[in-house]
Amino acid sequence: MEKPYEPSLTIEETPVERVWLRKSIETNDKTSAFRKFQIRRLHEIFIEKFFFLNGLFAILILLGIFSLLFFKGFPAIRELGLKSFFGSSVWNPNAYATPQYGILSLITSTLMVTFGALVIAVPLGVACAAFISQVASSRVREILKPTVEILAGIPSVVVGFLGIILVNPMIAKLFGISNGLNALNGSILLAIMSLPTIISLSEDALRAVPNSYKEASLALGGNDWQTLIRVLVPSALSGIIAAIMLGMGRAIGETMTVLMATGNAPALTFNFLDAIQTMTATIAIELGEVPYNTTHYYALFVIGLVLFVMTFVVNLVSDIILQKYQQVER
Amino acid sequence: MKKRWTERFGFLMLYLAGILVLFFLGVILFDIFIKGVGVLSWKFLTQPPRMGMTEGGIFPAIMGTFMVSIITVIFAVPLGMFAAIYLNEYAQPGKITRLIRLAIRNLSGVPSIVYGLFGVVLFVQMFRFGTSVLSAGLTLGLLTLPWTITACEEALKTVPKSYREGALALGATKWHAIRTNVLPYAISGMMTGVILGLSRAAGETAPILFTGAAFFLPHLPKSLFDQFMALPYHLYILATQHHAIEKVRPIAYGTALVLLGLILLLNLSAIWVRYRYRQKMRG
Repeated sequence: MEKPYEPSLTIEETPVERVWLRKSIETNDKTSAFRKFQIRRLHEIFIEKFFFLNGLFAILILLGIFSLLFFKGFPAIRELGLKSFFGSSVWNPNAYATPQYGILSLITSTLMVTFGALVIAVPLGVACAAFISQVASSRVREILKPTVEILAGIPSVVVGFLGIILVNPMIAKLFGISNGLNALNGSILLAIMSLPTIISLSEDALRAVPNSYKEASLALGGNDWQTLIRVLVPSALSGIIAAIMLGMGRAIGETMTVLMATGNAPALTFNFLDAIQTMTATIAIELGEVPYNTTHYYALFVIGLVLFVMTFVVNLVSDIILQKYQQVER
Repeated sequence: MKKRWTERFGFLMLYLAGILVLFFLGVILFDIFIKGVGVLSWKFLTQPPRMGMTEGGIFPAIMGTFMVSIITVIFAVPLGMFAAIYLNEYAQPGKITRLIRLAIRNLSGVPSIVYGLFGVVLFVQMFRFGTSVLSAGLTLGLLTLPWTITACEEALKTVPKSYREGALALGATKWHAIRTNVLPYAISGMMTGVILGLSRAAGETAPILFTGAAFFLPHLPKSLFDQFMALPYHLYILATQHHAIEKVRPIAYGTALVLLGLILLLNLSAIWVRYRYRQKMRG
């Protein structure tokens, strides 16, 4: 295996340029050779700076998203105070007399479906990752890996559609309720949406465990199962946790599936058979209806800000775990 | 003896997990295909919806998705490619590089609906593009940017160091070496990543909800500043917002099938490009 390319320190002069430079020094000629060198140098520096600006763009967008959400959400916070957002669970911005902007129920709804999704997706995803990386024959792996990739590519709106058409009647029948559009439905769909992330990243983590660990365990008389459970999974644990966090981030931010399948009734509930309304769904439903720059409009950006901060923290934590883990491995 | 049974049972569970994941994908594809294929016809693909979307085809939605995707590619691909070139070829390890990488990783985790909010404020309101093809395309472009950068960087990493050194030893400047000895070998890898990113963008609904997608339009958008219909949004409308939901179910299935078909086609072509590329590198 060839080592990955590592950029060298700053732009050095090339051999040709070194000849030019020497010539210009020897002949004390500052016109032709030196000029040629300078032009090439400027050209190179200009190109490097240009690419650098493109790299900076990523930081700019991230800051831009945060600051726009903040500045659009701020008028609502100033007008209503933080307490009316985080101290109440009644979200009723369209009430004629006193509109209420409590987002607690929206947050709990989001956390609820995310939790439900993880309960399904974590055991299933980690087991599938273990299966792909340790058990499956190469032919089975050739089938399963593209399956996971294609599953990752299925649009959320299609998954939501199937939630309405397939999962909805199933839940209704199973629990004897009239309508299967509820938190359970959303959890199942979100589990499917976050499975590919969890599987492929956990698999990477399991694969990164040095072979010697496995061999040592087998040599000590451990069977394959013990090796997997007591050696491989614990060694890959930080990677697996990072994978789960990323899956969780995806579930928190998923919009279309929960919008279509959870019934959209803002209510503070912890019953998975109740209809709920997540933060993402609230934005999706209401932003299209409110006039720009009203309190209600700004309030939706407050939700967006909370959502952004939540996913940002989740991603950051998973990032830190991954970095630590890579350092330990080295 | 007990150990043996635990082992067998454990591995059985792992097998089941694998099969279950396969089963999920199977159900999704099978159900959409079986119920959607009956609606498919030349007319369905080439005619606009009629009679309040209960009849006719989905032509404007297909074209809308197509147009937005083009804007997305035009916007995101150069930016993503340049950023990747910087990160892999020029960047020194240090604070700024770390920050850029952190930003990219976090951008890829920002919820798509938040990109939608950002698009509304930046493109629709501040830049005054209105709800339009352009706004939606740019919003989707931002969404795909982190994926594009990562994919392009991966492609650049596969080019051996010796290729660059060969050019540098012959007196080429850094950019010349990259242009002639790196990019030509990385380009198909980049293409693969770009196509995969595009296939995800084409299926996104949340970012275009408020930046330009329209409920129904009798004609195609005439300029970049017109609203448009899009396949995923059309499916959402047919599945939840239509006044005669049961009646339009077949059309919804047909739309879902066309959308899935489009995305699978993009995925397959990405796999094909990757395959060709590997053969070229070997030969």
